[in-house]
Amino acid sequence: MTDKPKRIALIASKGTLDMAYPPLILATAAIAMDMEAGIFFTFYGLDIINKHKYNSLKVPPLANPAMPVPMPNILGALPGMTAMATMMMKSWMNKANVTTIPKLLDMAREGGVKLIGCQMTMDVMGVKKEDLIDGVEIGGAATYLDYAVDANITLFV
Amino acid sequence: MAEDIKVDSTLDCKGLVCPEPIVKTNMVIKKLQVGQVLVMESTDAGATSDMHSWAKRTGHQLLKEEASGNVLKFYVKKMK
Repeated sequence: MTDKPKRIALIASKGTLDMAYPPLILATAAIAMDMEAGIFFTFYGLDIINKHKYNSLKVPPLANPAMPVPMPNILGALPGMTAMATMMMKSWMNKANVTTIPKLLDMAREGGVKLIGCQMTMDVMGVKKEDLIDGVEIGGAATYLDYAVDANITLFV
Repeated sequence: MAEDIKVDSTLDCKGLVCPEPIVKTNMVIKKLQVGQVLVMESTDAGATSDMHSWAKRTGHQLLKEEASGNVLKFYVKKMK
């Protein structure tokens, strides 16, 4: 419709399963709407594009009152409860036919979503470029800002 | 709108949820010629709102919507 495509610039700062979805869903939907989309993965959000971790992101039951089956914090703190909450969430999502994080990442890359890994986080966490999935570029705050300054929507997740 | 819309392509998105119906719709529409019509079938209750927004933003035309049971059908004409 207009000459210049609309753009969304997202920041993914959390590495839990539930927080990995919103930026990836919004970015892939934006591409489907002929928009440009970019995600800056910083701090724990870097796990979403870490190939050793992106398939095993977890749901924290502790201090999470929104779990479909509410779990008292005293139980959520017990060993094994994170794995259990994650398993339950994955089974609910599977039943609802929600796409997996690896598949969403494939869709994002296929659609041309700009994936930026935060260099400073990589230094702090000891993550190397080869630990990240293919198709990621590495940058810092200025890289994100340079992309986001021309965006119509920016969101911090 | 005439009842007998000529359909050029059909896309089965039954069982898929957000964002896949619009992602797949957009992928298929890109392969069609301008003026051709795609029918997308979905069981996602959110698809109605999403398809209207998608059409508005991409400029493609939502010709008709049908519902039978829990299956929604969207007739989309490629405009550009």
